[in-house]
Amino acid sequence: MSKQSICAWQKLELGAAIRDPGNASALKTGDWRTLVPVLDEEKCIKCTLCAIYCPEFCISEREDGLFRPDLNYCKGCGICANECPKSAISMVMEDK
Amino acid sequence: MTKRIGTEVSLAVADAVKMAKPDVISAYPITPQTHIVEELSEFVANGELDAEYIPVESEHSAMSAAVGAAAAGARVYTATSSQGLALMHEILFIASSMRLPMVMTVANRSISGPISIWNDHSDIMAQRDIGWVQLFVEDGQEALELTWAAFKIGEDKRVLLPVAVNMDGFILSHMIEPVVIPEQSVVDGFLPEFEPQLKLDPADPVTFGPVGVPEVYLEAKKQCEVALNGSKAVVKEVLDDLNKTFGRNYDLIETNGNTGAETRIVTMGSLGESVMTAVDRMNGDGREVGQIRIRLWRPFPAEEFIEAAKGAKRLVVIDRAISPGTGCGPVAQELKSVFYGRPDAPEIVNVIAGIGGRDVPVSDFVKMVEMAEKGELAETYTLWGLNSDA
Repeated sequence: MSKQSICAWQKLELGAAIRDPGNASALKTGDWRTLVPVLDEEKCIKCTLCAIYCPEFCISEREDGLFRPDLNYCKGCGICANECPKSAISMVMEDK
Repeated sequence: MTKRIGTEVSLAVADAVKMAKPDVISAYPITPQTHIVEELSEFVANGELDAEYIPVESEHSAMSAAVGAAAAGARVYTATSSQGLALMHEILFIASSMRLPMVMTVANRSISGPISIWNDHSDIMAQRDIGWVQLFVEDGQEALELTWAAFKIGEDKRVLLPVAVNMDGFILSHMIEPVVIPEQSVVDGFLPEFEPQLKLDPADPVTFGPVGVPEVYLEAKKQCEVALNGSKAVVKEVLDDLNKTFGRNYDLIETNGNTGAETRIVTMGSLGESVMTAVDRMNGDGREVGQIRIRLWRPFPAEEFIEAAKGAKRLVVIDRAISPGTGCGPVAQELKSVFYGRPDAPEIVNVIAGIGGRDVPVSDFVKMVEMAEKGELAETYTLWGLNSDA
């Protein structure tokens, strides 16, 4: 049986109401993804266009100065790959 | 002072609602429910009832406004019928899934087409799975008292669900009957003020009705189902309280006539009154026949029904709606499911009667029993009174 539920039904708020504002971030929507963006580090010029265009705002600068998506939220839409001026991002079928 | 008056049942329901002191009434008039909400709007306009009356532009809006008001913590009432109930359809699920108590009188009327304003149960039977507590009344006194009971049931912390009180359109809604109206203080004693468990409040923000993503939806539905199933015990408790307060004898399932008879007629709603007369007449003639009346339709009180039907060889189940594409009417389907696999299962004979306002006189029930006992009724169902060349 798949483990897809957030909590036991007994613990769910009355009528599935939400009492803690902003809890959408707790919902990992990355599992909707079919294709995953893979960055070619040699080609990346750190222009930030991928981060700007990402509709999930899930691409940000990492410690190594490169821009990578947070795969907990990346839905694999491919907009970053499409917008990258250096074709440094390719969309690859993800094994699950 | 308690008074006994002759009144149209719709007006008695309006009186009951007034005495329940609702905060918000949102309704759209539709025959045969109109007299209820018309009277309530007069009460509000005259200052007799301190409530917000929202004259909405459709039943879809009536139910939507009721949902919003209930989420804000108000005691809410509405009423509708037939096409109006159908137009509310999608919002009826929202009210129950958001666990919002409210009371709605449904003056049962057939669903068009052909266009019909007359009485049967096809409107509510199309809404069987809305997740509401659903009660049926037989007479004016019940219509009055079960309105208060409905608020008490729905607002109970163990329930928190909307409640529909079904009463037959015209046959009951437009009937002038003697009704005993108690003092306000007695009603106040029976029905405490509504204390919402969760409400829209800027000081304590809450999101009502968010998206139910796949990670939540199933658990949310389970919560509602458990609440609805659990409401049966609360309905019983509230009816017991009502019986003590108003001197009645209401139960989830009631019996009449010969309770040990092989043949029992099963009714829901006002036809039960005619059947009571028919059963009394048959018992008086020395014929053994009993009656089982269903007061609570959702959640269906299966154990109580089985107990009430003990010893029966044959149930003549009267349905007031057709369930196209299935083997019988909705009540018969329910009972076949209840008795499935039980060694004590009686034969279930289904008569679909009184469709689209067709009259069913007392003598017809005597005839149904005779035909059932002789095996002259169809195994699936009989459309009673059908004019056929065959």
